[in-house]
Amino acid sequence: MFRAIKYSLSLVAALTANFSFGAWDDLNMSPGATQLSQEIFGLHMTVFYVCLAIGIAVLLAMAFILFKYRKKEGVKPADFDDSTALEITWTVLFALILIVLAVPATSVMIKAYDDQEGDINILITGHQWKWQYEYIEDEVGFFSNLSTSLDKRNNLAPKDENYLLEVDEPLVIPTNTRVRFLITANDVIHSWWVPDFAIKQDAIPGFVNTGWTYVNEPGVFRGQCTELCGQYHGYMPIVVKAVSPEEYSTFINDKKQAKIQQALLTEKLWSTSELMEIGEATYQKNCVACHQVGGRGIPPVFPSLVGSEIVMRNKARHIEILMEGVQGAAMASYAEQLTEVEIAAVITYTRQAWGNAETGDGKIVIPKEILDYKNNKL
Amino acid sequence: MSAVIDSHHDDHHHGPAKGFSRWLYTTNHKDIGSMYLWFSLVMLFIGGAMAMVIRAELFEPGSQIVSPEFYNQMVTNHGLIMVFGVIMPAFVGFANWMIPMQIGAPDMALPRLNNLSFWILPVAFGILLSTFFMEGGAPNFGWTFYAPLSTEYAPPTVTFFIFSVHIMGASSIMGSINIITTILNMRAPGMTLMKMPLFVWSWFITAYLLIAVMPVLAGAVTMMLMDIHAGTSFFKAGGGGDPVLFQHIFWFFGHPEVYIMILPAFGIVSHIIETFSRKPIFGYSSMVYAIASIALLSFVVWAHHMFTVGMPIAGELFFMYSTMLIAIPTGVKVFNWLSTMFKGSLTFETPMLFAIAFVALFTIGGLSGIMLAIAPADFQYHDTYFVVAHFHYVLVPGALFSLLAAAYYWIPKWTGKMYDETLGKVHFWMSFISVNLTFFPMHFVGLAGMPRRIPDYAMQFADWNMMVSVGAFLFGISQLLFLFIVLKCIYNGKAATTEVWEGAKDRGFEWTVDSPAPYHTFSSPPSMESLKSSS
Ligand code: HEC
Ligand code: HEM
Ligand SMILES: [Cu+2]
Ligand SMILES: [Cu+2]
Repeated sequence: MFRAIKYSLSLVAALTANFSFGAWDDLNMSPGATQLSQEIFGLHMTVFYVCLAIGIAVLLAMAFILFKYRKKEGVKPADFDDSTALEITWTVLFALILIVLAVPATSVMIKAYDDQEGDINILITGHQWKWQYEYIEDEVGFFSNLSTSLDKRNNLAPKDENYLLEVDEPLVIPTNTRVRFLITANDVIHSWWVPDFAIKQDAIPGFVNTGWTYVNEPGVFRGQCTELCGQYHGYMPIVVKAVSPEEYSTFINDKKQAKIQQALLTEKLWSTSELMEIGEATYQKNCVACHQVGGRGIPPVFPSLVGSEIVMRNKARHIEILMEGVQGAAMASYAEQLTEVEIAAVITYTRQAWGNAETGDGKIVIPKEILDYKNNKL
Repeated sequence: MSAVIDSHHDDHHHGPAKGFSRWLYTTNHKDIGSMYLWFSLVMLFIGGAMAMVIRAELFEPGSQIVSPEFYNQMVTNHGLIMVFGVIMPAFVGFANWMIPMQIGAPDMALPRLNNLSFWILPVAFGILLSTFFMEGGAPNFGWTFYAPLSTEYAPPTVTFFIFSVHIMGASSIMGSINIITTILNMRAPGMTLMKMPLFVWSWFITAYLLIAVMPVLAGAVTMMLMDIHAGTSFFKAGGGGDPVLFQHIFWFFGHPEVYIMILPAFGIVSHIIETFSRKPIFGYSSMVYAIASIALLSFVVWAHHMFTVGMPIAGELFFMYSTMLIAIPTGVKVFNWLSTMFKGSLTFETPMLFAIAFVALFTIGGLSGIMLAIAPADFQYHDTYFVVAHFHYVLVPGALFSLLAAAYYWIPKWTGKMYDETLGKVHFWMSFISVNLTFFPMHFVGLAGMPRRIPDYAMQFADWNMMVSVGAFLFGISQLLFLFIVLKCIYNGKAATTEVWEGAKDRGFEWTVDSPAPYHTFSSPPSMESLKSSS
């Protein structure tokens, strides 16, 4: 009851707040951050006003008729049932209105479809349920995951402004540069949408779609996946950070350095506890969505890793599953998306945690083994 | 329902059998029509309950009552049930009841087929709903079931889904064949095609659409079945297949399908507006041509659902222009309805209220349709709540309101009793207010960027979503009132006259038979002369 009152109060508050003039932004499309997005916004407003005008005209005419011609004593209804002239008039009128709309729509369409190469080309790959970004020229890349905590999603912690619209690693692009996106997917169809760029392109396995943008001012732009892609479709946001070209080159250089560092790490001697620590973090970030907290899974779709034959006794197959994925199942290959260290660590972690070490062989895997696996394949 | 033995005839004309076998074996168009209507009413409450779950989950940001996985199952089955289990069977129910009566025929042309096409429907939906109790859960890939989410990545129950869609398709095809055969062969002497009532015309065209596209849907699900179980790669990129092909096939079915759900409504609304304006329909022949051209155009606009799949620009432009063209015949219809009311003598009984709301709110849905047709703008609208608002405006205050209007309009003829006019009006106003409360704010959240088919959303969408949920609960409750009104009418209504509505006698054969309509009507064909307004 108390909750009900609270809700109705907040509803009233919400309504009054929304109808104040300043909140128009919440009701309409955003004009966005690029020339193209602004043109599309302009087109949207044009069509909107035309439709609004037609709508108001029709509804007013209707209200008038309903009032004026309500049944009255002694007034006989007319009995005309045709007027070719009238009908031709309004058919032509509709056609004219549509032509007026089609002209600007066509010209904006042509601009949006400009698919020359970009100064920078970024390959975007949709995965269940994260985005992968690869800077094609610089040969660096990373994955971008939702970073909103489970506590917030389960109402155990207060939600903040960017609830569900925040990621661990945003896509970074330079301002004043033509950036082209090559968009594809690895499993099911996703769709990459950043409203402020007016780009919405489906990410389809086996296809590469393109989109481009040219951002003038630095800023952070947020979007979401817009094609149903499975249970966590609502949880794969997009965050793009536009920075100055100088800042951008620092970012790229850092990425390149980090890549070299990673390669060196495989040479290092690792202790089990170090691996366990990285493994647990990797598991929480990458595996928990399907195999769940505590490795229980959701059988039969997502197998439990607790007491699994592979996890307990078949190290070679365990490595192979992580490196190759399982054809035709949601289990993807992690060879690209995780570093050698992370893969070794997460395998070690799953073989040790949840009592698996006690019931199984408890073998650990070191990063070198993953590197060897990769090299043997070559 | 309460069809009664026709006492004017002798014993050769027997009434219905007793008990359950009456319904199982019946070949009577009125019985079958009633069964279709009851079936879709039950499905309305099942699909509606799912909508309530969806709106409860979206009442506030954060996870509320169901898991994301179950949420997807709710969205998918809500859509499938509303489209295939509510709107389509309800229109078939009206076709069964009214087409023979409107054309002066004793029954449908193929009565046994009629029985079969109804009885396989509960089987189809039984199969679909049983997947909720199976391992892996019910279908969760949206009512548009895009591959590969619905093939390689689908729960194992997808096979049952495919089977169920096949059965629904078979039912629709049989129903359509029956309707076309009846209309072509069994009209009263003198009823030329261009003298047929508009509801008959709209169903005549709809039935052709169904025959044309249901096999396409069957093809799509069969290809899925092959991909899943026979190792083919129609839609598997990994095997050289093409996931976009699926969407082309689906929408080649899907867009005509959305017109299948609205054309019969056009027919119904035309009759109701005519009756309560006490004036013949304006522009009968342009109404017929408008329906026919909408139907033809609906075959060449399908890819407007796919503006973001990466079509070449020529494709985008073609589908943008063709979609915009559809607005012309649609606009003609709206103007014709207005002109019918113009200089009429209007009264506002419940069917008329629903019909007027239909015209007003369908117009809103049509206008947002024009916005969606503008391809570059659709890059922003596509797969957001703006689309959800659009299609709910055409489907709920559109198709569903026309069904409610039709039920109020014809129920006195079916049962011989009047419904409670006051309650009917209460039902109308509750539905009208809550339907707008529910679907209008969806335009706003959609434009502001809320994607569809998500179980949780960002903070800026919270206020409007709460309002939408409140509206949705109200709308749900309002429909329980409808059930009450129907039951009250059947068991406790005041007797209805033969004509039922003032002046209706001149407007159609159905108003010339007794109320309730005898179990067998028109054993000998009526004469067109008896209708004054036959132009
Ligand atoms: C998208 C969901 C998903 C994610 C994320 C995922 N898995 Fe899996 N995983 C599966 C599925 C489905 C299978 C079953 C594959 C099959 O059909 O054999 C599986 C199987 C496995 C198996 C074999 C278990 C057995 O007994 O057959 C292991 C080991 C495994 N996953 C480890 C991981 C690890 C480690 C991660 C994180 C790096 C991970 N998975 C992330 C879905 C997932
Ligand atoms: C003026 C006429 C209409 C036009 C111009 C129009 C246009 C469109 C467009 C362009 C879309 C695709 C939006 C997108 O996904 O981005 C769409 C979606 C839809 N329309 Fe319409 N429409 C019209 C009338 C109707 C009618 C009469 C119905 C049904 C009764 C209908 C039902 C739907 C449905 C169900 C969808 C959503 C399908 C989905 O993606 O799940 N529309 N419409
Ligand atoms: Cu998605
Ligand atoms: Cu369409």
